[in-house]
Amino acid sequence: MLKIENLHAVVTDSEEEILKGIDLEVSPGEVHAIMGPNGSGKSTLANVLMGKPSYSVTDGDITVDGESIVELMPDARAHLGMFLAMQYPSEVPGVRPWQFLKAAKDAIDNANGQSKMSVRAFSKLFDEKVTETGINPDLIKRSLNEGFSGGEKKRNEMLQMQVLAPRIAIMDETDSGLDIDALQAVADGVNKMRSPDRSFVIVTHYQRLLHYVKPDVVHILVNGKIVETGGAPLAEKIEATGYRDYLTVR
Amino acid sequence: MTTQERLTISRESQLEDSGYKWGFTTDIEMEMAPKGVNADIVRLISEKKDEPEWMLEWRLKALEYWNGLQLQDAEPRWAKLRYPEIDYQDIYYYAAPKTLDDAPKSLDEVDPEMLETFDKLGIPLHERERLAGVAVDAVFDSVSVATTYADQLEERGIIFCSFTEAVQKHPELVQKYLGSVVPYTDNFFAALNSAVFSDGSFAYIPPGVRCPIELMTYFRINTEGTGQFERTLIVADEGAYVSYLEGCTAPIRRTSQLHAAVVELVSLDRGEIKYSTIQNWYPGTKDGQGGVYNFVTKRGITGNDAKISWTQVETGSAITWKYPSVILRGDNSVGEFYSVALANNYQQADTGTKMIHIGKNTKSTIVSKGISAGHGENTYRGGVKILPGAENATNHTQCDSLLVGDQCGAHTVPYIEVRNPTARLEHEASTSKVSDEQLFYLMARGISEEDAHYMIITGWSRDVIKELPFEFALEAGQLLKVSLEGAVG
Repeated sequence: MLKIENLHAVVTDSEEEILKGIDLEVSPGEVHAIMGPNGSGKSTLANVLMGKPSYSVTDGDITVDGESIVELMPDARAHLGMFLAMQYPSEVPGVRPWQFLKAAKDAIDNANGQSKMSVRAFSKLFDEKVTETGINPDLIKRSLNEGFSGGEKKRNEMLQMQVLAPRIAIMDETDSGLDIDALQAVADGVNKMRSPDRSFVIVTHYQRLLHYVKPDVVHILVNGKIVETGGAPLAEKIEATGYRDYLTVR
Repeated sequence: MTTQERLTISRESQLEDSGYKWGFTTDIEMEMAPKGVNADIVRLISEKKDEPEWMLEWRLKALEYWNGLQLQDAEPRWAKLRYPEIDYQDIYYYAAPKTLDDAPKSLDEVDPEMLETFDKLGIPLHERERLAGVAVDAVFDSVSVATTYADQLEERGIIFCSFTEAVQKHPELVQKYLGSVVPYTDNFFAALNSAVFSDGSFAYIPPGVRCPIELMTYFRINTEGTGQFERTLIVADEGAYVSYLEGCTAPIRRTSQLHAAVVELVSLDRGEIKYSTIQNWYPGTKDGQGGVYNFVTKRGITGNDAKISWTQVETGSAITWKYPSVILRGDNSVGEFYSVALANNYQQADTGTKMIHIGKNTKSTIVSKGISAGHGENTYRGGVKILPGAENATNHTQCDSLLVGDQCGAHTVPYIEVRNPTARLEHEASTSKVSDEQLFYLMARGISEEDAHYMIITGWSRDVIKELPFEFALEAGQLLKVSLEGAVG
């Protein structure tokens, strides 16, 4: 489904190389966890997958269903069914979450030759997901992310993920800064969405979230390279010993 | 210039400016006075309108005053606007559709081609407008074409008609209020307007009456080389309420066109006037040729406990010089100004407001949103004046600028004068750009770059747009989108 080959990426402005040759293959239905110490390039990887312009791919390839997406703009990647839950979602004054999400849904449906969802049907779906994600309904009446706490912003990202129902969901440190209830809510959302044709790439620093969402594959990313790949127990090992071993090896 | 030539030029320009969809011309025979302005032209205009002597005298006094200003070279130059010298003798001051010479008695008598024009403009002139609940007075070039809905309004004693008709039928009201808020000595453009205005709208709402529908005037400049000088006067008598909408378009022209309007609002004790404008005069080509020069004087005055609220969405015109203001004369009166001004390509806008607090406990709110794109230059110029008698006056000013691209400019020039220590004033200002993070966020959800820009910009303007009546708000959103085309992506 998603395949990353020898991926090298730099910060567009400074040309500082962050990703130094990453290989990764995610099959339908799999949950992959990307773990690593601060500054290892985890978030960069998540953003490069979604096509953030502040990073540039200098070598290697990313393919979805065998087609390269490296040249695609972020909106075109979203149309293919990719989704990135942001680590720091932007505030957009005057834009309501409902309006934003309806526009996103319409754009994706339109790109896939589907007709627009009616306002009524969409509202029903939206309200359902608001309840499921446990977002304070008052927040939804505000501007997108404006005045939201860190946890509320993350719940709002989960709301978007659930409404848009992507095939490839990338989560960039969604668990950081969450209290236990919010963490549980995020995990429930992911578990409910797990299905044979949907894949997850979960970027995380801690093993916390992985207590609730059991990954199929765990990758340890250090200094822009994947240094170890294993099953769920690898995450438990990290919890016990930290990243010390990898850092000293370097 | 013959009609044929005109149409050719218009078609040619339309190819270049497909973005401006209001740029059609209408092939209607026009009756025009010779170019230039002098006492004879003023007399001719007055005669065409069969005006009473007092009206002609007022015009001539205004002309004399304006001539004096001309000699002193007193055309205002303090605004941050650059434009070539205007040759006031090279403009037609009177142009009227010939077929209207015998003033139509009903819509059936209006030239079908003109009705088609209004259709293209989306003005509801037929049955539809009853559903829409809007009474329309359409001013085509200089002459008011048709005022719809008049009968229903009459039942409530509301007068809504062309200015010309008001002078004929309600001279006592016109004489009482004309020039009472904007005297002809007010400024250069107001003086010129007072001398040569050819039509406009008049509305009077009697004491205690709430106007049940929105009143609307649609202005359109059609004839090449014509100046448009309309005059609008709205009076809300004691305890009356009215919401008034004004829309403007012009066809694509290579040469610039002058528009110098005057709007006077009188809101007597406990009266309320809500005045909304969508200004979409032709902005000129992408490289800054042509376009309307828009020099407008708009001002209102309040009685006790009265309110005046201006809302404007300014997307058109090559040059905008416009400061809708409120003289808060009555105690406890309220003045508001909500504005979105967009300057794209080579457009220049110098716009804002003046709030003059005279009465006690007067309150004013200013929300100005300036969007600059392309090589556009956008200036907010606003004055807040608290006079010695204005105990406990308050003002809140919020003045935000948004930059799209790196060739445009945003400027803020607030003047604040406080002569009473009990006054409370707040001034907030911000300048921002559409951030890359915001764009990435929206695009990562599947929204195209252009739509993402548009969504961020309209969201940013929301505090102003939400003040508009619903249909107008939709139109304003569309206009912003069309006006920004090419500036983003």
